Amino acid sequence: MSILVNKNTKVIVQGITGSAGAFHARQMIDYKTNVVAGVTPGKGGMLWEEKVPVFNTVAQAVKATGADASVVFVPAAFCADALLEAADAGLKLVVCITEGIPTLDMTRVYKFYKDKGVRLIGPNCPGIITPDEPTRTDGRPGGCKIGIMPGYIHKKGAVGIVSRSGTLTYEAVWQVTNLGMGQSTCIGIGGDPIIGTSFIDTLELFQKDKQTKAIVLIGEIGGTMEEEAAEFIKANVNKPVVAFIAGQTAPKGKRMGHAGAIISGGKGTAKEKIEKLTACGITVVPNPAEIGVTVAKLL
Amino acid sequence: MNLHEYQAKQLLARYKIPIPRGEMTDKTDNAAEIFSRLGIKNGVVKSQIHSGGRGKAGGIKPVNSPAQASAAVKELIGKTLITNQTPPGRGKVVRKILIEESLPVERELYLGMVIDRKHSCPSIIASAEGGMEIEELARKSPAKIITVHLHPHLGLQRYQAQQLAYALNVPNINEGIGLFMNFARLFIENDCSLAEINPLVIPKPQITQIASGSTLVALDAKINLDDRALYRHKDLLEWRDISEEDPIEYEASKHDLSYIGLDGTIGCIVNGAGLAMSTMDLIKLHGGNPANFLDVGGGATAEQVTNAFKLLLSNKNVKAILVNIFGGIMKCDVIAEGIVNAVKEVGLNLPLVVRLEGTNVKLGKEILAKSKLNIVSADTMDEAARRVVRLANSNNQTPNSK
Repeated sequence: MSILVNKNTKVIVQGITGSAGAFHARQMIDYKTNVVAGVTPGKGGMLWEEKVPVFNTVAQAVKATGADASVVFVPAAFCADALLEAADAGLKLVVCITEGIPTLDMTRVYKFYKDKGVRLIGPNCPGIITPDEPTRTDGRPGGCKIGIMPGYIHKKGAVGIVSRSGTLTYEAVWQVTNLGMGQSTCIGIGGDPIIGTSFIDTLELFQKDKQTKAIVLIGEIGGTMEEEAAEFIKANVNKPVVAFIAGQTAPKGKRMGHAGAIISGGKGTAKEKIEKLTACGITVVPNPAEIGVTVAKLL
Repeated sequence: MNLHEYQAKQLLARYKIPIPRGEMTDKTDNAAEIFSRLGIKNGVVKSQIHSGGRGKAGGIKPVNSPAQASAAVKELIGKTLITNQTPPGRGKVVRKILIEESLPVERELYLGMVIDRKHSCPSIIASAEGGMEIEELARKSPAKIITVHLHPHLGLQRYQAQQLAYALNVPNINEGIGLFMNFARLFIENDCSLAEINPLVIPKPQITQIASGSTLVALDAKINLDDRALYRHKDLLEWRDISEEDPIEYEASKHDLSYIGLDGTIGCIVNGAGLAMSTMDLIKLHGGNPANFLDVGGGATAEQVTNAFKLLLSNKNVKAILVNIFGGIMKCDVIAEGIVNAVKEVGLNLPLVVRLEGTNVKLGKEILAKSKLNIVSADTMDEAARRVVRLANSNNQTPNSK
């Protein structure tokens, strides 16, 4: 089953003619993602790399292709507007890779999405991927990759992974794959203080998904999303969950790379989060190198 | 970006929020003149550093004559203040002083505004008990804290400002409403990440000639701006005070590297913030201490890696270096070349442990092996952390180590 996206998902790339957008559009297509259109205002009518039709607006692209989802590579200063445009065009899912969107812009975008009932993943995230079986014709793996993660480290399987991080997620994915297990869907929800999809949203979907047999949750310092997730898991999730929290050695009041990774006013420490998760009966690994083996034990 | 108190007050004044009469100086010879020009009887000199707890650290002094003001400024400028909020063992040098009128206070309130992560909106936090830090207030009397959530599209509405005015029992309701509306407008229009007036005071009524008869005056203010929105606030960017920033962190930011200095001995170069934090955690778990957080970015380039090495070596506490890269989009062979070049360029003579994983990892390891450089290669991040801890500890005991 997987969650949110699968090989049939039709994807638009907003910012397909920019350097990051173009690079990752190629990677997504290479992973057999169904990329149906690109959007760059002023470049409408062109055929990108002789494959993908480009439109001036998201609304035009949706009308012409019946797309379900969009991935956004638009620069931070213009990104909030691009996100509003995507939600207004009738898409069900929007994945925002862009880092550095002003926080107040995101509060407005967040509210707009909630009111419209459109799901936003990110911003400042690696995206979402649902790996599929290698096809019989070419033997290469593929699936639906809407984001910037390296596709080849993934393998179809039963572990759902949700994380606020990028490369740390790849680390967990790689461990799971190398131990012979695989992933149902992996979601990077993003390192910003205001993000569209929370741990709870994702846990709810993984709990309902038949393919997912175990869940990996990778949190970090800042905010209270992990604590809320802990309560939710205790009450609503009966699948095994393995958690890891990054930032146990992080100093107070410093932003650790991610805009959302900050201990402010003594709140949002890794210790608090680990204690809460443990108190709710969730397995928390102290060593990130043990995520894979711990999942294998619980599966 | 953080503002100094005097800058925050200038911003408040632009939004018609009353502040005490005052002037900033960075000189030791004009305080008496400023004191006289302000036409005040009782004053206060306040050290302008990016840290709270200035009063307890001796950075704020009452002065009641031009001569006293002059003496206090001479004493404070150039002094290093160690407050309960400055990093352990490191204080902040006072370079600027705010000379200001002192107001007899009847009552102190707290007024603050933040981006509420849980509710994904800006929120005002207020209390009829000001003067102490909000964290302390939240601990001591959480029931006395009033929170107002702003609709992200509508902003603060008048009825909400009115609720605040009544809850705080301000002397003049309309004046209170006006101040709260302006405060919220300031926060939004300048892309603040935090704004705090603490205390917001109700001065004693007989002092009405001060601050043009206002019944609410901002006695202290703290404003932090959202770095990501600074591109649209060029005017505020001029207020950036580089001398308040950590020199290595500032240098890192120029190269698009995210660096945070710590007290340990193991320098870290990692791609991705989450992986960087967990690498630090793993070093600690194996009995070592990280010297820094350094994220070269999820798609790091060879040049970024070279810059990262240079930064690490400017920290003299570093005894060993750990590079942990998960090459996804960025290929391991490219990173390996970057490491080899960087090591040669900077003439590294510290133990170096490299862990590469991901795309083209075999090629990457071959490049490291062929380089004949003294690089310890590790297969997993766990092994890498163990090894670097051992190397740092043994390097520590060598008396002639650099």
